[in-house]
Amino acid sequence: MARFLLKRLFSATLTLFAVSVLTFLMFFALPRDPVSSICSKNCNPERLERVRDDLGLNDPLISQYAGYMKGIVTGRDLGSAQGGRCDAPCLGWSYVTNEAVSDTIARVLPVTLSIVIPAAVLWLLLGVGLGMVSALRRGTWLDRLAIGFSLTGASLQLYFVGAVLLLVFVYNLRLLPVPSYTSIFDNPAKWASGLVLAWVALAFLFSAIYARLSRAQMLETLSEDFVRTARAKGLAKPKVYGRHALRAAITPVVTIAGLDVGGALGGTVITETTFGIQGLGRTAVDAVRSGDLPTIMATVLIAAVFVVLANVLVDLLYAAIDPRVRLR
Amino acid sequence: MSLSPVEGVALAEIESGTDPGGPATKGVVGRSPGQLAWLRLRRDRTAMVSGVLLVFFLLLGLAAPLIEMVYGIGPREQFQNLLDGFGMPLGYAGGVSGEHWFGLEPGLGRDIFIRLIYGLRTSLFIAFAAALITATIGIVLGALAGYLGGWLDAVINWITDLTLAMPFLIIALALTPTITLRFYGERGQVSSAFGVGVLIAVFAIFGWTSTARLVRGQVIALREREFVEAARASGAGLGHMLFRQLLPNIWAPILVSFSLAVPQFITSEAALSFIGVGLSDETPSFGRMIYRSLDFLQTDPAYVFFPGIMIFALVFAFNLFGDALRDALDPKSSR
Repeated sequence: MARFLLKRLFSATLTLFAVSVLTFLMFFALPRDPVSSICSKNCNPERLERVRDDLGLNDPLISQYAGYMKGIVTGRDLGSAQGGRCDAPCLGWSYVTNEAVSDTIARVLPVTLSIVIPAAVLWLLLGVGLGMVSALRRGTWLDRLAIGFSLTGASLQLYFVGAVLLLVFVYNLRLLPVPSYTSIFDNPAKWASGLVLAWVALAFLFSAIYARLSRAQMLETLSEDFVRTARAKGLAKPKVYGRHALRAAITPVVTIAGLDVGGALGGTVITETTFGIQGLGRTAVDAVRSGDLPTIMATVLIAAVFVVLANVLVDLLYAAIDPRVRLR
Repeated sequence: MSLSPVEGVALAEIESGTDPGGPATKGVVGRSPGQLAWLRLRRDRTAMVSGVLLVFFLLLGLAAPLIEMVYGIGPREQFQNLLDGFGMPLGYAGGVSGEHWFGLEPGLGRDIFIRLIYGLRTSLFIAFAAALITATIGIVLGALAGYLGGWLDAVINWITDLTLAMPFLIIALALTPTITLRFYGERGQVSSAFGVGVLIAVFAIFGWTSTARLVRGQVIALREREFVEAARASGAGLGHMLFRQLLPNIWAPILVSFSLAVPQFITSEAALSFIGVGLSDETPSFGRMIYRSLDFLQTDPAYVFFPGIMIFALVFAFNLFGDALRDALDPKSSR
């Protein structure tokens, strides 16, 4: 167990390292010189050169990368133009927004978390529940309804569903306010009412995929010998389905869920754009548009961290859920 | 075919299997797995309906210039005289009329119907090209990784993990202008064909991993089977092993994954153009239209529905057909 965890964490670190190097190289080839977007047309060459020096753009690539990485681990001094001392985890200074990148992230990360976590709970419960029910009631109207739901949901686009939801609930019925983010600690009711459309849209589309997957898995598991054995030795149906069959059927669902939730935590670009909420995803898009290198690096790295961590977590969950899995 | 002596019914099956057109004299008709699948597909009503719908969409996309000629309006023509002072189309449901079947775009006053037809063409072309390229890369790399194993397998696996860890939309968003700049320089006028090419390239870089995973798993399952060993023992080369021995045995799951990859690329293309990557506003595209329509949700709600329903119908048809294909190719599937 400990050895497995160590091995897994090592490969995760390696992946993250590669992601950081790749993004670093990729964004240095970005079309816009990050400096020219900072001071627009009337910018004298001396000032340009000074800013370039401040940003360390004149140093060789390797030392720039090393400096950036050192900043994340131990923090570093960035010079007075960039807010002076930058504590660990230091993600650099953005000249576009004129603030430390870690401050930007600290502001937008809770937004994305508030969108994704409730939505994920909703879509997992709805998807797996629906899949199970339709597998157990195979061939009935309930099953057909669930199949229809999941086929429709799997073919719909988030921005279209979002637009229709906005149109109906915000603009026509005026039941909900225009989506916005309020901290849950300030006003939980406003937090929920501002984000509920995003949750519903995400949950609808994702639960469709999960319903499909868990239905197929459940049907396959139900025909296995150990389920028959459990029934034959006299266990009650709920216990067989809920404890024996579900645990075996749910493992592939957990894999996909890990990837999806990890990916979504790194920024729900489409959702945030559709509902006009400024989370991690929109921040990343804005950063790419304005050539804001430090912010791009930070958002890509955070997204990668979420995916990699989710994958490690999935492996651990496997062992907890399915007794047949042994970690090595 | 086979060297061992075959007798009785088995012989009849093999003989009539090689000659499906001939009359079945012995009552037992042998059919190849492909024929069986085709038969099952033809009996499946959903498959037939979605298949016909797909062919219809393909024809619409292919015949776009022809439709433009008959319809009499081009995708870039503007009808400012049919807009009111605020740039909103006159008339009901976004200016729907006998001239303009799906109405006009607010602001620029372009015809929505013909833009949708051309958008369909762009979308289908990108999706099919991307699916073909990613399938090819995925098959070759997956088969190599699965068959050879060892360090190559480890490297390909690790690259797959890496690609999954990268946030696709953000990277694509950043990569597209970078590639464009490499070819066009700061002020070059980017042609829309180039934009399409860049999108396909970005999909190719990121999209091959799932096919590679699938093929790798299948190849590993087949690797130790007798026929593979026999071929290896008789001195078959790597190319022969991969493409003559292994690949013919796994074409069914590959075909299914291909048919389900196409709607995924349609969706991704629309998502990318929704956040404003790749295609310029000149090139008609579903995602771009929906993005523009969000600003007019309150004033012209009809605008969002035409592209939204169109892309839904397209993806829906593809998904239905892909599912039916899976059922037809895999008789054991429990759907």
